[in-house]
Amino acid sequence: MIRKIPWPLLVFIAALFVPAAGSRFYTFLANDVIIWALFATSLNLLVGYTGLVSFGHAAYFGIGAYTTGILMKKLALPFVLAFPAAGLVAGAFALLFGTFCVRLTRIYFAMLTLAFAQIVWAICFKWNEVTGGEQGMPEVPYPDLAWMGSLPVVRDLRTSDHFYLLSVVLVAVCLWSLHRIVRSPFGRMLTTIRENAERAEFIGVHVRRYELAAFVLAGIFAGLAGGLFGIFNRGVFPDFAYWTKSSEVLIMTLLGGMGTFWGPSVGALALILLNQQIVSYTEYWPFVLGVILVVLLFGFPGGLAGAAELLGRRLWRPRRA
Amino acid sequence: MFLFLIAAGLSLVFGVLGVLNFAHGTFYMLGAYATFQLVQWLGVSGGRFWLTAVGGALAIAALGGLVERFLFRRLYGKDELYQLLFTYALALILGDVAKMLWGTQQKSVSRPPELTSALHLFGAIIPTYNLFIILLGPAIALGFWLVLQRTRVGRYIRAAALDRETLGALGTNVDALYTWVFVLASFLGGLGGALISPMRATTPGMDTEIIVEAFVVVVIGGLGSFWGTFLGALIYGQVLSFGILFFPRFSIFAVFALMAAVLIVRPWGLLGRPLR
Repeated sequence: MIRKIPWPLLVFIAALFVPAAGSRFYTFLANDVIIWALFATSLNLLVGYTGLVSFGHAAYFGIGAYTTGILMKKLALPFVLAFPAAGLVAGAFALLFGTFCVRLTRIYFAMLTLAFAQIVWAICFKWNEVTGGEQGMPEVPYPDLAWMGSLPVVRDLRTSDHFYLLSVVLVAVCLWSLHRIVRSPFGRMLTTIRENAERAEFIGVHVRRYELAAFVLAGIFAGLAGGLFGIFNRGVFPDFAYWTKSSEVLIMTLLGGMGTFWGPSVGALALILLNQQIVSYTEYWPFVLGVILVVLLFGFPGGLAGAAELLGRRLWRPRRA
Repeated sequence: MFLFLIAAGLSLVFGVLGVLNFAHGTFYMLGAYATFQLVQWLGVSGGRFWLTAVGGALAIAALGGLVERFLFRRLYGKDELYQLLFTYALALILGDVAKMLWGTQQKSVSRPPELTSALHLFGAIIPTYNLFIILLGPAIALGFWLVLQRTRVGRYIRAAALDRETLGALGTNVDALYTWVFVLASFLGGLGGALISPMRATTPGMDTEIIVEAFVVVVIGGLGSFWGTFLGALIYGQVLSFGILFFPRFSIFAVFALMAAVLIVRPWGLLGRPLR
């Protein structure tokens, strides 16, 4: 075997240097990508590893975004408090909703997650006093990153670059934690449940409790992603929790490859870059997205990661023979 | 009532084919556009509106048939996720095709001249067309139910919903049956769109709105249950309008809360039967 290259570490370091390239646009794009990567990876914990198809994952993303937004804008709390709060509140809601959801199976599970997400969306859409209603909540302040100005290298960068660096580090920490979770005995058990829930029950696993735990964890990380996104987007809007967002993130996960850890991140990267490229040519992005999706479903059900693996196997086999 | 038409198609596809069809809302939208287009060519006078409405619905039915025959068929027996995402992809593609063909501006169809008057009923003024729709809904429901219960085709459809393999083993061409069920469902969706076109403006985006509403209706009533869908549409309408009356702000919330509550207590809906 080839010696293992620490790809994640390399990518992390490369990501830190994006602002140094100087282009405001690419930093913006990269920030978008990493937040979506976290969001998609959190969904993958459910869909890919536990085999629970959630059609309402945007709910927790939205809840996280609103939590951070409200805390920072209305209560002027510092980011250090508002960011973990996004995860906590989203996790609490995931616990509440998940308790009901995990009692159902398959299509009904998907429907109930969708119903809850729509409830969240309806509340965000209508509760003007707290969420700003239809108008959303513009101008969420950036966290106070003046301390970065006192660091040697990053001193000359813009505030948005400072925020980008902060999100790179935070997303990296989150992804690392998720990786640990997936590789832990707990994560293995989730995969067992995906493969055969009945058997898992037989060997004494409390399947529902494990599913609920996965649901809550996925909710927490989606909330954190949402918290970052609200600030990055300079505002929080009700469509963060709308069901089309849920399907968007599902597509990313599928595009990258479900059940592989880095797949969703690759999917997020691919989809966002593609979107950037295509919208400059045509306004019919949904059409292109739909076509991609159809090709993916019929041709490469394993997503990009699956396709790469297949290609790799084809290339390697002759040598082994 | 037209919501019932749309939800009935959705429910039929789920009940027989076992697939939640996200593109169903798009069929509805395309039905409205197709009617608009036919009206442009033919006009609405002299009973031509009915021709265009049925023509629009038939066009959508044909489209549904093609989609099922060439694409959808390959996804039976695969993961629900793939089926859901495929229908979603279909909704995206067809939605954009509609945008390409008809642009983003609102299109409206004038009411058929026979039904432009209004009726004074219990002190309220009701346009005759709306009244007509209110009566047409139950009529179609009844006709549909009779087809399902009393005819040979209906028996086959019900049999296919119960056990696909056995029906196939007994010599029925299940593949063709599935195509026809999908065609019928698309027809209902298209007809819903065609009939709504004189009442509301046809715009892109009406598909994503209606599909969520239709989901709620179908889930409340019971996925795959015919009278359940009818009941669901009635409940949905009541909750929405009384919700608006009593707490205007939270009527949408109430609808989704109802959907969640039904799913929690009886996941298979009020009149549905549990799936194995």
